[in-house]
Amino acid sequence: MDLLSNLALGFSVALTPTTFMLAIAGCILGTIIGALPGLGPSNGVAILIPLSFSFNLDATQALVLMTAVYYGAMYGGRISSILLNIPGDEPAMMTTLDGYPLAKKGRAGDALVLSGVASFVGALLATVGLMLLGPLLARVAFFFGPAEYFALYLLAFCMLGGLGSRNQAKAAVAVCLGLGIAMVGVDSSTGLPRYTGGSLHLYDGIDFLVAIVGLFAVAEVFVFMETHGRDSAIGVTLKKVTIPVRDIFYTRWTMLRGTGIGFIAGLLPGAGASLGSFLAYSLEKSTAKDKTTFGQGDVRGIAAPEAGNNAAAGGALVPMLTLGVPGSGTTAVLLALLMTLNITPGPLLFSERPEVVWGLIASLLIANVVLLILNVPLVRVFSRILQVPPSILLPGVMMVSFVGIYSLSGSHFDLLLMIGFGILGYVLRKLGIPAVPVILGILLGGHMEVSLRRAMVLSDGDWTYLFSTPIAVGLWIAAIIGFIAPFFLRAYLTLPKPPKD
Amino acid sequence: MSDRIAGTALVGLALAFFIGAGQLDVPFFPDPLGSKAFPRLIAVVGGLAGLAMILRPDGEPSWPRLADVGRLAALAGTLVFYVYALGWLGFVAATALASGAMSYQIKPDIKKAALIGIGLSVGLFVVFKYLLGLGLSALPRW
Repeated sequence: MDLLSNLALGFSVALTPTTFMLAIAGCILGTIIGALPGLGPSNGVAILIPLSFSFNLDATQALVLMTAVYYGAMYGGRISSILLNIPGDEPAMMTTLDGYPLAKKGRAGDALVLSGVASFVGALLATVGLMLLGPLLARVAFFFGPAEYFALYLLAFCMLGGLGSRNQAKAAVAVCLGLGIAMVGVDSSTGLPRYTGGSLHLYDGIDFLVAIVGLFAVAEVFVFMETHGRDSAIGVTLKKVTIPVRDIFYTRWTMLRGTGIGFIAGLLPGAGASLGSFLAYSLEKSTAKDKTTFGQGDVRGIAAPEAGNNAAAGGALVPMLTLGVPGSGTTAVLLALLMTLNITPGPLLFSERPEVVWGLIASLLIANVVLLILNVPLVRVFSRILQVPPSILLPGVMMVSFVGIYSLSGSHFDLLLMIGFGILGYVLRKLGIPAVPVILGILLGGHMEVSLRRAMVLSDGDWTYLFSTPIAVGLWIAAIIGFIAPFFLRAYLTLPKPPKD
Repeated sequence: MSDRIAGTALVGLALAFFIGAGQLDVPFFPDPLGSKAFPRLIAVVGGLAGLAMILRPDGEPSWPRLADVGRLAALAGTLVFYVYALGWLGFVAATALASGAMSYQIKPDIKKAALIGIGLSVGLFVVFKYLLGLGLSALPRW
């Protein structure tokens, strides 16, 4: 059995003391980051990436650490959703709908334990899914040439713009902003500079980590600074924590349904965890016999989105690892990590660097068990983190972001650029223009152009080459449907607004 | 209205980007597509999306009040100051000043802000320098 020998290889990597410790450290750090209101997986991982380089970790270890942080933040995100009614990140938003009302009824402990178990089910099954589906998809990806890759990138952007957003025009604007930024710097095909304005600082292009930390972390601090009054949000206090066995048993099918739909949402390039938790919640609500209790602390309304978003988080790793196309904001950040570590995700990753992939998968299996322990029996400890006052937290987050970027490049120009991206991110957020497509555009812009140009070189400038294989045509059709379908589905599929207190 | 203004700005940006593509240097042996086509494609799509924002704007976002704008500008100023102060004052003093100032902006309590600033800067310095081994200089390099 291929799978068993691969898993054995994976566990031999994952159980080396350093890797094991890193997985646990990542889980703890991730849960803390997720629990902090306003910090979620994408900005948490973004802040930590520059620092992870200073450890001199090898590729597997860095990836294990960051993915553990990612999973941990997905688990931890529910803590502030349930106790404060403030989601740490968009995927955790659906959990506030029923989590906070249940907590207000005095069952905060039950809500936390139930959502922890749902997270575990979702994340564990999704990791198993990754294990089974990853190698298969990697085999298909061998047939991908430049034309298919171009169509695939297009599909990711269309999905993100169509299904994953509230307004297609704004998502398209965001994608184009990102792609435009990716054009800055020396053109890799000709060696000539583009859009640098003669500034030597820009010859290398704009470092995507600078953009990511700016758009996610710095912008978050700006948004917080404006709303300001949040530090008085005490929310619900957590009393005793018991295990609501009956509720867990009652929601077992809910969790599995949420996991299934979340995993599929995660697989779609560009759709991601927010869509996963949203679809899981909507499906549960629309198939339930009595809908009246939803929104008032229904346990199914907690189990479904939590299983959904954690499963989507695992599912999103599949296209990221096999095709190099991230499915969500955080996997985009992880892709940035891989690219900086000089690892090219894609089919070759599975055949040539099996220790990276399977080490990661094995570590994730271990991480899930660790996270279950951290998030069920130890949830009280982490709920204390909510009491850190913003007057310490925000300067701390900001300084860590600065030191991270500074340690990476040592360039004052990059720091100023990061502040610029922070302000840009704030304005975009105000206008309702999503930041994730910008990041994805910056990350994938270079690759997208290169595959288009290669396709044109191969075909000597014949445009029909882009549609010459069934896979490419299929991807184009999926891309167009993904972008257009929401126009017709708008009536059924409107993403909910962030909660107001 | 905000969407219309932003859309107009974006259309302008796309136009500039498109025209800028025409002025790019071209190598002696270009590939069939060349280095101008993709940026132009981005500019066209971006421009159309900007146009769509002008034609079908969303509702007005809640812009900050003037006082809040002042606070945001102060934050941006603090950050830019921090970047330069890193060179002038070294990590410890610059971080203490900047994080103290940020803390004060969130909660105007000068004593606490000073304590938080000093605590954060020393704490982060120890963690980064000795635990993580980053090459930070505590004092300014002359």
